Amino acid sequence: MSNPAILVENVTVHYGEVLALDAASLSLDTARICGLVGMNGSGKSTLFKAIMGMIKPDAGRVLINGEPPAKARKAGGIGYVPQSEDVDWQFPLSVRDVVMMGRYGHQGFTRRASKADRAAVDLALDRVELSEFAGRQIGQLSGGQKKRAFMARGIAQGATMMLLDEPFAGVDKRSEATITRLLKELASDGCTILISTHDLHALPQLCDEAVLLMRKVLMHGPPEVVLQPEHLAMAFGLDVLNRDLPGAADPDDGLTAPDPADRQLTDPDLPYRAASKPQGRS
Amino acid sequence: MDLFDILLEPLSYDFMVRAIITTALAAIVCAVLSCWLVLIGWSLMGDAVSHAVLPGVVLAYIVGAPFALGALVFALIAVTLIGVVRNTSRVKEDAAIGIVFTSLFALGLVLISVTPSQTDLNHIIFGNLLGVSIPDLIQVLVLGVVAFTILILKRRDLTLYAFDPTHAHAIGLSPKRLGALLLGLLALTSVVALQTVGVVLVVAMLIIPGATAYLLTDRFSRMLVIAPVISAVCSIAGIYLSYYLDTASGAMVVLTQGAAFAAVYLFSPRQGLIGTRLAKARRKNAVVLAA
Repeated sequence: MSNPAILVENVTVHYGEVLALDAASLSLDTARICGLVGMNGSGKSTLFKAIMGMIKPDAGRVLINGEPPAKARKAGGIGYVPQSEDVDWQFPLSVRDVVMMGRYGHQGFTRRASKADRAAVDLALDRVELSEFAGRQIGQLSGGQKKRAFMARGIAQGATMMLLDEPFAGVDKRSEATITRLLKELASDGCTILISTHDLHALPQLCDEAVLLMRKVLMHGPPEVVLQPEHLAMAFGLDVLNRDLPGAADPDDGLTAPDPADRQLTDPDLPYRAASKPQGRS
Repeated sequence: MDLFDILLEPLSYDFMVRAIITTALAAIVCAVLSCWLVLIGWSLMGDAVSHAVLPGVVLAYIVGAPFALGALVFALIAVTLIGVVRNTSRVKEDAAIGIVFTSLFALGLVLISVTPSQTDLNHIIFGNLLGVSIPDLIQVLVLGVVAFTILILKRRDLTLYAFDPTHAHAIGLSPKRLGALLLGLLALTSVVALQTVGVVLVVAMLIIPGATAYLLTDRFSRMLVIAPVISAVCSIAGIYLSYYLDTASGAMVVLTQGAAFAAVYLFSPRQGLIGTRLAKARRKNAVVLAA
């Protein structure tokens, strides 16, 4: 038997007084594509940080292929695709420069690129179909190309596990299809993929499994089951609309979402943003 | 007097030769460091650290230790205090920086006022380019070369740290250690530049060249060449100007760098104010013509 690619056991994280993760547990097998679904402040980013070992949990533990995350990091196994807001797109780097950063873990003290490094970068650029844009400054790419550039960095790195934070935000339909195809290819090569997303309609075609997160893992199973409206309601806090509660019982109440089940599938976040907790930053 | 004489005449004085070597060296090291500072958004941090080293330098002078050691210790104290004030109170970071560095700078001024042989130390505040002694020159040379070498050898890691610390962490590097390295080099570089323009104006040399180069290129590797070249040329030009106009040399160096920035800000082909305005007007005209 083999260890799960990602094992999260009862991980609890606080930011000061705020509880970000509450005994969250998750086990993901190698070469699976898993969608992580939850509203803002549900702990998606915190879970990513815990898996990468950027924050030390107050309780619980994380294992990557049965080993502590530090070992997987040193081996270059963890690829990370940040969400667009976390990147300085004005930074004076070319697409090739960014992809080359995936090789730094394999290089010496000064990170001088060898022939093998350059070949790996070329190959990765080719794979995400960005070879012709290699010399462009990263801000000059379209939304989908930007995501692919960072995926190429993970590929050049030789990551066996990729964490993608909102890979479909600001991406047009065609790029979305390209990214989906690419992720499936990577998974069939044995790469384990964890995606945090708001884009629920892309999940069933893309993911092998889905996880509902609301500070703890509420549900983990096949996407078509997890994404059923009554299950989503748990993660997006729609249980306040339960008929037994005041407010929701009143159909004229302006605060009530008209058709919660329908609406969350298109944009679960928007109507309830006011209720979400601020996301912790490290 | 032709151009040749204009350039050669000051070089007949030893103190001018020493001034030019010191300035060029400080200008180059500061400019290289400034490329990262302006991209990370550490300009204020550069300001803070370069001021906060003053008490360290004065204490080092009093006990006869190397200036660099005192500067490093106080840079560390400043950064720690800023972090503590920011993290343990509701005071925001810019305010924390402002409180800490002005207080430490003031402490330095007080120490100077109670230390005999004030003239030497007053030079630290405004620089004393024309009074660079041989030991001063050697100290600047050693520190400058050390800082420059580390910056260049570790440039790729530092750029990764500036661009995406999360990725740095994910591939097993330590963003914390890279940040600390950059701060240490900032302290070291401040000492190098003290001699040239003084504590008050060091920050100019730590920001202007990087900002100027950033307006001229979309490649970090080119910034690392453009910034030191512009900085060195401006600084030497500043010294010549101060020689012929009989003005304060450190201030003249900074003024020349500021003028270079202004020129680039206005006339840079892609990022310049005039270039982008013209391009906008052309697009508008094209639309009008097409209609």
